[in-house]
Formats: sequence, structure tokens, C-alpha cells
Amino acid sequence: MGNNNNNTEGFFSRLKQGLSKTRKGFVKNVDEMIFGEKVVSRNLFEDLEEVLIMADLGPAFTYDLIEEMKYRAKRKELESPEALKQILKEYIITILEKSEQPLEIPRDGIFTIMVLGVNGTGKTTTIGKMAHQYIRNGIPTMLVAADTFRAAAIEQLEIWSKRVNAPLIKQKMGADPSAVVFDALHAATSRKSNAMIIDTAGRLHTKVNLMEELKKIKRIMGRELEGAPHETLLVVDATTGQNALSQAKMFHEEIGITGLVLTKLDGTAKGGIVIRIAKEMNIPIRYIGIGEGLDDLRVFKSEDYVNALFD
Amino acid sequence: MFENLTEKLDSVFKKLKGKGTLDEESVREALKDIRMALLEADVNFKITKSFIEDVRERAVGREVLESITPGQQVVKIVHDRLIELMGGDSSHLRLANRFPAPIMLVGLQGCGKTTSAVKIARHLMNQKRSVSLVSADVYRPAAIEQLKILGETIGAGFFDSTMINDPVRICVDALSDAKERGYDTLIIDTAGRLHIDTELMNELKKIKDIINPAEILFVADAMTGQDAVSTAETFNDLLDIDGVMLTKMDGDARGGAALSIKAVTGKPIKFVGIGEKIDAFEIFHPDRMASRILGHGDVLTLVEKAQMAFDEKAARELEKKIRKDSFTLEDFRTQLLQIRKMGSLEDLMGMIPGMGKIKAMKNVTPDEKEFVKIIAIIDSMTKKERINYRIINGQRRKRIARGSGTTVQDVNRLLKNYIEMRKMMKKLTRGGAKYLKRSNFPFK
Repeated sequence: MGNNNNNTEGFFSRLKQGLSKTRKGFVKNVDEMIFGEKVVSRNLFEDLEEVLIMADLGPAFTYDLIEEMKYRAKRKELESPEALKQILKEYIITILEKSEQPLEIPRDGIFTIMVLGVNGTGKTTTIGKMAHQYIRNGIPTMLVAADTFRAAAIEQLEIWSKRVNAPLIKQKMGADPSAVVFDALHAATSRKSNAMIIDTAGRLHTKVNLMEELKKIKRIMGRELEGAPHETLLVVDATTGQNALSQAKMFHEEIGITGLVLTKLDGTAKGGIVIRIAKEMNIPIRYIGIGEGLDDLRVFKSEDYVNALFD
Repeated sequence: MFENLTEKLDSVFKKLKGKGTLDEESVREALKDIRMALLEADVNFKITKSFIEDVRERAVGREVLESITPGQQVVKIVHDRLIELMGGDSSHLRLANRFPAPIMLVGLQGCGKTTSAVKIARHLMNQKRSVSLVSADVYRPAAIEQLKILGETIGAGFFDSTMINDPVRICVDALSDAKERGYDTLIIDTAGRLHIDTELMNELKKIKDIINPAEILFVADAMTGQDAVSTAETFNDLLDIDGVMLTKMDGDARGGAALSIKAVTGKPIKFVGIGEKIDAFEIFHPDRMASRILGHGDVLTLVEKAQMAFDEKAARELEKKIRKDSFTLEDFRTQLLQIRKMGSLEDLMGMIPGMGKIKAMKNVTPDEKEFVKIIAIIDSMTKKERINYRIINGQRRKRIARGSGTTVQDVNRLLKNYIEMRKMMKKLTRGGAKYLKRSNFPFK
């Protein structure tokens, strides 16, 4: 674990602190840059464009947002930069609000969660943190090592399983991931697990064969347990640019995504692409990852996110 | 790799080429589109801005306006500038005069350092160097184990750091171990860290100061967004990196981060990672990459890659056949056997000009297990059938299925895939590839 283990600070300050670190870097402070001006001017919109694009909202989406703000400014709804800031915040919150649907785990039966994503987004770490949270809330949770491809992926999950005290179902490296999941579903019934989190190998969304493998896992789950997987979580790295939209679209098209996790928000990247994903795809954002510590996983709250983005 | 950006620019240039003359207005229009394409590709906002300004200055000149093909000239200006931004000549590792020569890999979490370490090790071992690996990642669970397993697959040396808690100490010990055991290169895989994590960044600085690496490579994910600049800048400011390895280039990321990182650090991109397999590794060629961005394809890389796996002649024939549309089932079979050595069909097709990621490829790229089946089916065909698939009627299909121990459905599917592939190749050679690509373009 890194040195980021001071979990004593509250969520607001941690998230804000994480998002605001940007200011020390390449991106200018939104307030200082835009809202420092006294009147709504043409320059202001240009600066706004820079801020939004630098937050990875993407040029097309940024253009739409600015047009909307210009329209409102013309209608004199916005007399000061402060008013514009407020309206813009509310506008983005409206988009994100629909995605504000925390994951609820029913206390009866087995609730299966399949976790997917491209390589290196933080799937295994997220799973460790999820399991920690569930177990703390009295939900018996089992982990399933279905990443049988990457070297030491099983060992990595195993260490997490010990750390959070969750049983782990695994086979050898190179085993058929579907077979691991099959085993797990049968074990879960006898072990009275409530939540089951399945770690899959990272894969680029453009790899046809690897997507077929995921489909197979999903198919077998559905066959062995009605309604499984109950949640299919896509883990997206906040550092990712516009490609995250392509990831979300293709994983959704191929596998069917029911929730998103946005990780690595403790860096300087703001993960603005998630706003575009929320707008275009209407997928719930279940969690955000804000560090490497056990407790650094939070339920997504649009208002907090947008405030952290602008304040 | 840069397919989507390529597409965008492609359509922009098509517009330009369609015009007889090029006035200031049309340059402005084109640059507006290019600007959007670059931003959509995650090229940094400020770098995009200066790029556009620069091209505008070069483009709206008399020379361009008076030339016969002004559109082509703008293409050339954009192309040249892209090459410039991405680094001029390709750079290699400078490992001379050090024994052993330490190479240190640094970067954010999940950018692919460990896989890259092993890829670089293999690359150097192919050049007759003896390489030892060490992991200074004492934080991520099983990180050391991961490097160990991967290192074993290529037969590299490995310094086991499991019992040492201090990353600096690990590096010192690993270096003297490598010297003792006669390795000429030591690759140090460090833990992923945030560039704003002062404590962990200082750790890297300490390692650098004590080890004095021959090369420090910053490993960056090709999918990175606008933040690529601030990350790369911070790492470079602290460590004065020697170069960049760009990973995950086999996806559909438009890879604007490559342009950004080079522009902001001034350090060359040396290598690119194009897949999870250890040999999915290439030297970075800015000139080719620029061509690729502009839609000229990367035939050179295709040929070079092919040479490594099978002989030059076969490569040329394959290309000729793809272009001539005389691609028989026999060729299909030969090619399938070569794919194992060369990487996936998708990768291969991506390198042919005009062919980006094509949705239809999905059905013609078999998985490892299907290879065997497909080869068996083709082997059960007569010579005539292999040359002319059209004669394969129901009776013949039944016979082929029986002969290969498969079902008629399997035979049907194979033929369908093969026909689809032929169709695509035909479209490619007749310039219809653009249509195919666009139909799958998610950002239109």
C-alpha cells in the first residue's frame, strides 16, 4: 500500500482535495480563471472551453455545453460569472443525477457482481475495497479469481481476500475462467455467501476473442444461477480520455453494463468523460475510487463530484 | 492505434482535395475540423492550439495558394508538423559504457510497467544482451510475483526482492547482484504512483540518485486524456526521463497522448506496446505514425513485422494478394498458420492503408482453439475447392465436414467468414474501405 492511508479526513475534503490537486498542475483553477472576471464576456467562454476540455469532457460535448451557456447568457439569465458558474454546475448535475444510483445488495440469495474493464484500470483493487465495505456491513462476500490470464493476478486477489477476510475461489493460472465461475457459483450456495464478486482479466474492448470469453462467463453464470450476473460493473480509469466512451459503449454493446466505477480520482485527472458517458448511455455510476486505502471507495454523488470539479 | 483520428483527418483532407484552389477561408474551415479531431484524440488543449496556429501560418501562404494541389500541401504541412511533434528520428536505448546498464521504468498505476519491463527485456535479449529483472514495487500485492512469472517465460534473470522492504535498497542489491552474475542489463520495475504523491516521487528520485540509471523510461497509457501532460511533466521535471514507452496501442484509442507527452517533455517516444503478449512490442517510428494519423497506413511496419515471423517473399505475396483480390482458401489457410507468429489478423489488417478497425473483422478472427478446426476443414477440401470456393455445394460441404471431423455448420461458418473477408478486401482495393470504417465510427 502507498502512503495514502490517512483515512481520517471526510469524504468531501478527500474528494475535493483529490480533484483540486489539479490546480497545482497544468490546469488553472476554474475560479481564478473564469469566475475571477466581473462580467460574462467572450473571453470567459473561451476560458470555460479550456477548463472543460482539460477536464476530459471532450470537445464536442464542451461545445454543446458552451452553446447552452451562451444561449442562457443572451437571455440575460446570467448577469455575472458567478451566476454562470451556478447554472453550469446545475446543468451538469442534472446530467449526472440520473446516474446516481448506489448499488443495493439484497440480503437474501446470492448477488453476483461481475467486474470488467480494460487493463490497468484498478479492477482488483476496487474489488478488494468493495469486499471490505460489504463485509463491514455484515454482507458475507466471496471473491472469485476469474483472471486466470495475467501473471500473478490470482495471487494479487488472494492477498486482498486475506486482507479483508473474504473467502476466495480460484484455480490455477491458465484455467478456463468460466470453469472458475462455475465452481464459485456452486461453492457460494453451500457457503451461504451473500455477495460474490468476480474479478475478470483486463481486456481492451476491441479484442473480439476476449469479449467472447466474457460472454461465455456471463452465459454460464445465467445458466447456473437465475438472474446472474446481477450486476456487471465496468471499471473506468479517470485518467482515461475520450476513449473511455468507446470502452463503455463497446463493453455495453457486447456484454451489457449495469454500473460504472470511476477510479483514480485522487490524481489530477478529473474524469470528465464520465459526464459524457452518463449523458449518452444512462448507466448508473456506482462507486468512485479515491485512493489505494481500504476505505478509499465511495458511493458516487453527483453534487459532490460537480462541486469538487468547480469549487 | 490512431484509426479514429486518421478517419477524421481523412475526411477533412478529402474535403480539401476536392477543391481546386485553397483560400484562407477553406484553410480555416479545415483547421477547425483538424482542431476538433485532435482534441477528440486527446491531444492536449494547449498543444492543439499551438499546432493549429503553426499550421495556419504555414498553410495560408502564397506558396500554398499558388500551388497546383493546395489540399495536398496542407496534408504535407500537417504531416510534417505531426512528425516534428512526435520526435523526428526514432531513438534507441543508450546502454553503452555501463556494466551492468540499469534501465528504470516509472509511471502511474496501471499504465503497464511490469509488462513493458519484460517486453523491453526480451527486445534486448534478442539483441544478445543478458538481462536481469527486479521489482521495486513493495506496495501492490503480488507485483513482484507478476514480474517473476513473466520474466521466467522469457528466460531473463530475476532478482528476488520479496524479503526487502525498502525499494532503494532493493535496487542497490539488485545492481550488485546483476554485476556479480554477469548480466549486462538490469531492468528496474518500480511501483505505480501518482505524480502528486510527494513521498513516493521522492523515493524515485532517491533510486535515481543512487543507481544513476542509463535510461529512465516513462511508461504511459495511450488512452490517457488531457492529464497526460501534467503527469509526464511532473515525472520529467523530477527525474529528467530519457524516453517514453507508450502502452495499450492495440486498442482504438486515438493516442493523442503521444503527441502531448513528446511536446511537453521533449523526450522521444522509444517503444510502443501493442498487446498483452510479450512480443507485442515495436520501436516507435514518428514518421510512420504521422502517416498513419493521416491515413496513409503503415505498410512499412506491416512488412517489417512480417519479415520477422516469416520470409519477405511471403509477405510481399500476401500483400499483393490482398490488393489483387485473388485470395484463395489456400492462402487463407497459410495466413492463419502465420498469424500465430505474427499477431492477430486485426493487428495485421490495421496496418494496411485505409483499413482501420473494421467491425466485420470480428467474424473472421478466430480464437486459438478455432484455428485447429479451421485448418482441419480446409485440409479436407480438394485443391479445386480451395482455389474456387464457389463450387463447394451442399454435398461437398457434407463430405468436408465428415473428413475434418466437424459439422456442416462449421464448414458453413468458415466459408461465410472467408467470403466476408474477400469482400472486405475487394472493398479495400476499390477504395471502399472508408465506407466500412465509417459505419463503425462511434463518434460521428
